[in-house]
Amino acid sequence: MDTRVSPEGAQGPLLSPQTLPHKTLTHLQRLEAESIHIFREVVAECENPVMLYSIGKDSAVMLRLAQKAFFPSRPPFPLLHVDTTWKFRAMYDLRGQMARESGMELLVHKNPEAVERGINPFDHGSLHTDMWKTEGLKQAIDKYGFDAAFGGGRRDEEKSRAKERILSFRTPEHRWDPKNQRPELWRLYNTRKSQGENFRAFPISNWTELDIWQYIYLEGIPIVPLYFAAERPVVERDGNLIMVDDDRFRLRPGEVPQMKSIRFRTQGCYPLTGAIESTADTLPLIIQEMLLATTSERQGRVIDHDQSASMEKKKQEGYF
Amino acid sequence: MAVPKFEMQVSDLISEDIEAYLHAHQHKSMLRFLTCGSVDDGKSTLIGRLLYDSKMIFEDQLAALEADSKKVGTQGGDIDFALLVDGLAAEREQGITIDVAYRFFSTDKRKFIVADTPGHEQYTRNMVTGASTADAAIILIDARKGVLTQTRRHSYLVSLLGIRHVVVAINKMDLVGWSQETFDRIVAEYRDFAAQIGIKAFTAIPMSALKGDNITEPSEKSPWYSGPPLLRWLEDAPVEDDLQTKPFRMPVQWVNRPDLDFRGFSGQIASGSIKPGDKVKALPSGRESTVARIVTFTGDLTEAVAGQSVTLTLADEIDVSRGDVLAVASQPPEVADQFEATIVWFDEEPLLPGRPYLLKAGTRTVQAQVAEPKFKVNVNTLEKLAAKRLEVNEIGVANLSLAAPIAFDAYGENKDLGGFILIDRITNRTVGAGMLHFALRRSQNIHWQAMDVSKAARSAAKGQKARVVWFTGLSGSGKSTIANLLEKRLAAQGRHTYTLDGDNVRHGLNRDLGFTDADRVENIRRVAEVSRLMVDAGLIVLVSFISPFRAERQLARDLLGEREFVEVFVDTPLAEAEKRDVKGLYAKARKGELKNFTGIDSPYEAPETPEIRIDTTALTPEQAAEQIFAWLEGAFDPGI
Repeated sequence: MDTRVSPEGAQGPLLSPQTLPHKTLTHLQRLEAESIHIFREVVAECENPVMLYSIGKDSAVMLRLAQKAFFPSRPPFPLLHVDTTWKFRAMYDLRGQMARESGMELLVHKNPEAVERGINPFDHGSLHTDMWKTEGLKQAIDKYGFDAAFGGGRRDEEKSRAKERILSFRTPEHRWDPKNQRPELWRLYNTRKSQGENFRAFPISNWTELDIWQYIYLEGIPIVPLYFAAERPVVERDGNLIMVDDDRFRLRPGEVPQMKSIRFRTQGCYPLTGAIESTADTLPLIIQEMLLATTSERQGRVIDHDQSASMEKKKQEGYF
Repeated sequence: MAVPKFEMQVSDLISEDIEAYLHAHQHKSMLRFLTCGSVDDGKSTLIGRLLYDSKMIFEDQLAALEADSKKVGTQGGDIDFALLVDGLAAEREQGITIDVAYRFFSTDKRKFIVADTPGHEQYTRNMVTGASTADAAIILIDARKGVLTQTRRHSYLVSLLGIRHVVVAINKMDLVGWSQETFDRIVAEYRDFAAQIGIKAFTAIPMSALKGDNITEPSEKSPWYSGPPLLRWLEDAPVEDDLQTKPFRMPVQWVNRPDLDFRGFSGQIASGSIKPGDKVKALPSGRESTVARIVTFTGDLTEAVAGQSVTLTLADEIDVSRGDVLAVASQPPEVADQFEATIVWFDEEPLLPGRPYLLKAGTRTVQAQVAEPKFKVNVNTLEKLAAKRLEVNEIGVANLSLAAPIAFDAYGENKDLGGFILIDRITNRTVGAGMLHFALRRSQNIHWQAMDVSKAARSAAKGQKARVVWFTGLSGSGKSTIANLLEKRLAAQGRHTYTLDGDNVRHGLNRDLGFTDADRVENIRRVAEVSRLMVDAGLIVLVSFISPFRAERQLARDLLGEREFVEVFVDTPLAEAEKRDVKGLYAKARKGELKNFTGIDSPYEAPETPEIRIDTTALTPEQAAEQIFAWLEGAFDPGI
């Protein structure tokens, strides 16, 4: 499958000599400069950092920012994909492409216990996410001995995220203690930690969903084609449109996949990710749709629905 | 359900011409601001209102908000905007908020990042954290209550962190019937206070966050108010306005070395701008070179400015590493290892003088020791109090001594080069933050020689408390006369004293100095240093100097410490001093024969809070000397 870029109407790179800022930096220039600063600070002060690469749009922006932070060097850390084996095929395609193009090492971790027990979203419900993602991430960090992991969390995503630090400290057991996080003043980050402790770093904390899309548009950053509307086979389940991406999909009696013009606002495990009906097949149209939308981004993710504070619980357990 | 109104967004552009909208959005600037106030002031309501009015709330969130408002709201079933900005589950259950939260919204002109700093126990820490990255601050006042203790505290912290764009939001105007009189009274009260703490300018806006008055549009309810509504002010406030005109500074974050042919220095420009060909100096080494290229992923730049993250290459192979500062060669920052600084303490374990901490400033981390605080500030009353250490959420001024010199600017000049954090070496916690004022000594390599016989021992041998009595006042005010009488009085009691007199010192130690402002500063610095040595010897030192500038008297006070510095303001009106004119100097100055004469063509800055003020129009010199003597012998308890 082709990867879509955004030639239409793109106004050129953000920091090209032609668009040199003369007085006040634009909001995207300030955000970009802050993110680059965070990348460099963590790399300069940590021994073994890694970037969590989930293949979604936030990861795509993170990867570009990392490239910018260290150019002409390659980003001096590997990419880590904590794989559930249930991602959309288009995501796996883009993952390979981006690793090749960036020249960065790509580490793929699949929780061996989940592999062995055949954990899947049809039979195992929330255990699927716990084992593949939460446990998988902890295993990978322990296995490679990473002391810092870049993640794509944003403060605008969810209420409990609004208070998340840029650097989020975890005990050697990967627990997040809301009472024991460090104040962050000016541009000064305290990266000191004891043996076995690690932290997540969120360079795009202060970006909003609109900022991410705008940046993808301006920079022509490749993203998974599933973000763009196309005719795709779907079934409707419990009010969600679920795409039938491969032959592992278990159809319920009477279910027949229908071709619909759909797209995805987030990327995840395909049986757990709801699509929306849409004809938005360019970035401006996607952004337009997003701005006119009346529901928040995470609603498409089936796992967040339980209770209002469930995201915070997941964070305490080490999901992020 | 009602879909939120697009009051602040160009909604038509989104639906009709998305590319034009994106083009406009691309050129938005960004403003980071801080809101200060307690729950009762309507702070959360204000932030919720801004998010709501800017369509930052989706239908599903709004549904949850409406349900929550009925369940736990405080607005009788109406939408409780405060619930929108409520955060962590634990807090929500306890009904408290414990941290700094960041919110986002945008208008067609700007993107905004709001630092929401809740009150309660960790207030100082949270607010200082939120204020450190803010371009502007909104200080909320409940119109029914006026300027409260906490208003003063908020304002002090805003001023301390150097935020220069301030809105005083006088909220809940609906509850005082939109009374202009009430508004004017609060503004007048606030203005008096703001001047005292160094807030030079502010904008006061009458509003009701709950009802939405004077938030996005001017309200009909306040026809007497002609200023901008809050959002217009936020859209027009200058952002980091003067950073680019300051000298170039870039702390080096990372040395970029992909291969043997490329060696670049990566960092975020803290101030000024840079072009290829510009001469730069690396600090602390002091080595100079010229910028060859400004390298970025999307191509070399012809210029880069404050705020941008770039990689510079230099024409010469000079040694530069992480932690160094690259600066414009003609105006480099100072390099020093001893400073005076304001410190804000965050940790439950108090700041202990002498204990080694790690100090991180810019990209440099060095070991640092903090001396005993000169004083701490009561953030509610702004009183300066004596302190042996700083407890959690306390603010004080102390000297710092670093294990290695660093390049720095005063915080007031450059936040990135003057702001620092302190890290505990054992727990790795961020235990404090601070703002550098100035370097204590230029002689970085002269270390204090420890003596076995201490100042305290020398004072005790003389049976007295060694200290400086610093007389300041206009020429002819009577300083030397009173100092002379006081010294006789002290000597009669067996005290060991010495008087440093302005005229006498200028005949010897300071004979190379004239009367320019710079020379006056140096004059006082030398006298302060000499009197410090004499205090160290255990003497009671009487200094009789015009010492017209507050800053230099403060310097002397800082050098000696609060408990060993007694400032005596010999308060004689200019007309009276000129009338006496014992030395005939005023007459000369009036004729223009004497330049830079204090009170005539050079200013005298009267002390604001001297330990003792002598009104020479009411007291004889003998009475004045007696009053000071009594104060020294009895009233002053240095143990406080």
